[in-house]
Amino acid sequence: MSGLSRSKSPMGALVGVAVMAVGVIAPFFLSRYQIGLATQILIFGMLAMSIDILVGFTGRTSLGHGAIFGASTYVVLYCVTQAGLSPYLAVVLGIATATVLAAVFALLAVRTNGVYFLLLTLALGMIVWGICLRWTQVTGGENGLRGDIRPKALADYKDFYWFILALAALVTFGIRRFVQSPFGLTLRGIRDSDSRMRSLGYNVPLHLFIGFTMSGFFAGVAGAVYAFFNNFVSPSTVALTQSVESLLMAIIGGVGTLYGSFIGASALIALQNLVSSHTERWQSVLGITFTLIMIFAPEGIVGKFRALRAKYASKH
Amino acid sequence: MSLFQLLNGLTFAALLFVVASGFTLIFGLLRIVNLAHGALYLFGGYVGFTIATKLGSFTLGIMGAMAAVAVMGFALNEGLLRFVRGFELRQVLLSLGVAFVLNDMSLVIWGGDSFTVPIPEELMGGFRVFGTFYPKYRLFVLLMGILIFIGLWVLINKTRLGALIRAGVDDAEMVEAAGINIQRVFLMTFLLGSALAGMGGVMGGAFLSLYPSADSEILVFSLAIVIIGGRGSLIGVGVGSLMVGLLNTLGQVMFPELAYFVIFGPMAAILAFRPMGLFGKAV
Repeated sequence: MSGLSRSKSPMGALVGVAVMAVGVIAPFFLSRYQIGLATQILIFGMLAMSIDILVGFTGRTSLGHGAIFGASTYVVLYCVTQAGLSPYLAVVLGIATATVLAAVFALLAVRTNGVYFLLLTLALGMIVWGICLRWTQVTGGENGLRGDIRPKALADYKDFYWFILALAALVTFGIRRFVQSPFGLTLRGIRDSDSRMRSLGYNVPLHLFIGFTMSGFFAGVAGAVYAFFNNFVSPSTVALTQSVESLLMAIIGGVGTLYGSFIGASALIALQNLVSSHTERWQSVLGITFTLIMIFAPEGIVGKFRALRAKYASKH
Repeated sequence: MSLFQLLNGLTFAALLFVVASGFTLIFGLLRIVNLAHGALYLFGGYVGFTIATKLGSFTLGIMGAMAAVAVMGFALNEGLLRFVRGFELRQVLLSLGVAFVLNDMSLVIWGGDSFTVPIPEELMGGFRVFGTFYPKYRLFVLLMGILIFIGLWVLINKTRLGALIRAGVDDAEMVEAAGINIQRVFLMTFLLGSALAGMGGVMGGAFLSLYPSADSEILVFSLAIVIIGGRGSLIGVGVGSLMVGLLNTLGQVMFPELAYFVIFGPMAAILAFRPMGLFGKAV
């Protein structure tokens, strides 16, 4: 699996600027509904990218990120609707909660790898789900929490879209810097060989711990603004489906590509909208998509494309 | 904890044992973490419910559910998992995709209502156990749990198939090199494990009832049991089930809303000291 990022090339930067420019002017051409979709894609793209830090650059597949993301959403909604705090303070608290939760997950998970890591993050995420479902006094149980909590400055849907676009650019930049730093290189070393890094004298558990916590922090950022976007949270936000969908976005986009996460998010959200307008069987479609991708293209669309191109290039 | 609650914990542990033993058998031997196990449990429960209400026989319900779920397991193993053989993570994620489809199909067929599998008349009512009145059916579940533990123990320790399974858990390639068709052993184990999930579905469906998120709940418990007990160890599942079953009941008595949180504690503690679980072996 290629985790090399080619972002050093001027082409990459140019494409980035072009995409950003299209993103900025897009609201002038799109309907309100489409802008809503674009906002959603950006938010989930950020979540998928936070998962990519672990899957693509650390070699650890997490199924608990939906819970980390959703915990942040829950805290933001609870703080504003129940505790009456300001939305800005609520966002800070939401992100802090997600980061702490990720740190707790990380403390346990750094000792494991491969399937055990996956199982553990899955079980931890589901415990969060169980608590959100049952602790009705705080979380509202099945009904969840609802309230118009978006700050006034962002009330307009276009303004909100631009805000999320800027945030997504910032998060992308932050994550890119993170994975390309010497620290990120160490994570890649751990991905490729745990034992070699250990014998070279690196503190592998500590690196994994920090990597996981950072990843949780970014998932928390996405979760906090999702609260503003959705104005509603229920146990399905922290459910396994959420983790699976966002992992699938990262995989479709190609693990270790970062930008691919937005492609994956677009593909999956477009598919979801297409499917829901015809049938209520989104769960089945999601399951079938997941199964097919695992069989035919586990490296994702971007990865598959790169592999095909490499094959083509080596022939000529 | 009163005797009543202790018995509740024990009977719940017995049910968990039935479900989780299938899960860990498959995990231990085939290295497949079958995340569709919860969905198979629920599906089996629904099939058993339908048969038991239509034909009025609980036994037929259990047998039908076991057969139906074994067929699903066969299809899953031979139809899908064979394409990703040898890739641990892809297998796990694939089984998760299957779980989604299976749950959704169950929702289409049986709807979102909650059902309770009808129990036979002989098991209705209760016994007086040391002065506490206790439902007969739950004692029956406890008994079944113990019988299945004994049955599996004999199967694994005293039969040829069991010897092959044990050898396969340690080193599947060597078993194959010795001229054994390990694929067939794999398949048998997969079918057995799936059938146990189906059986658990009917047994659990009669006292926990069946509803759309029941599969996730049972899957969390199974995961916790495997994490605590370790991969592929029968004793591990037994001990894990007892711990999780009793702790969960204790949690429900003490702080009902956060009962889930109680199984988190031992899981965390065990992972900190024995990442492979209490009875797990390093691969």
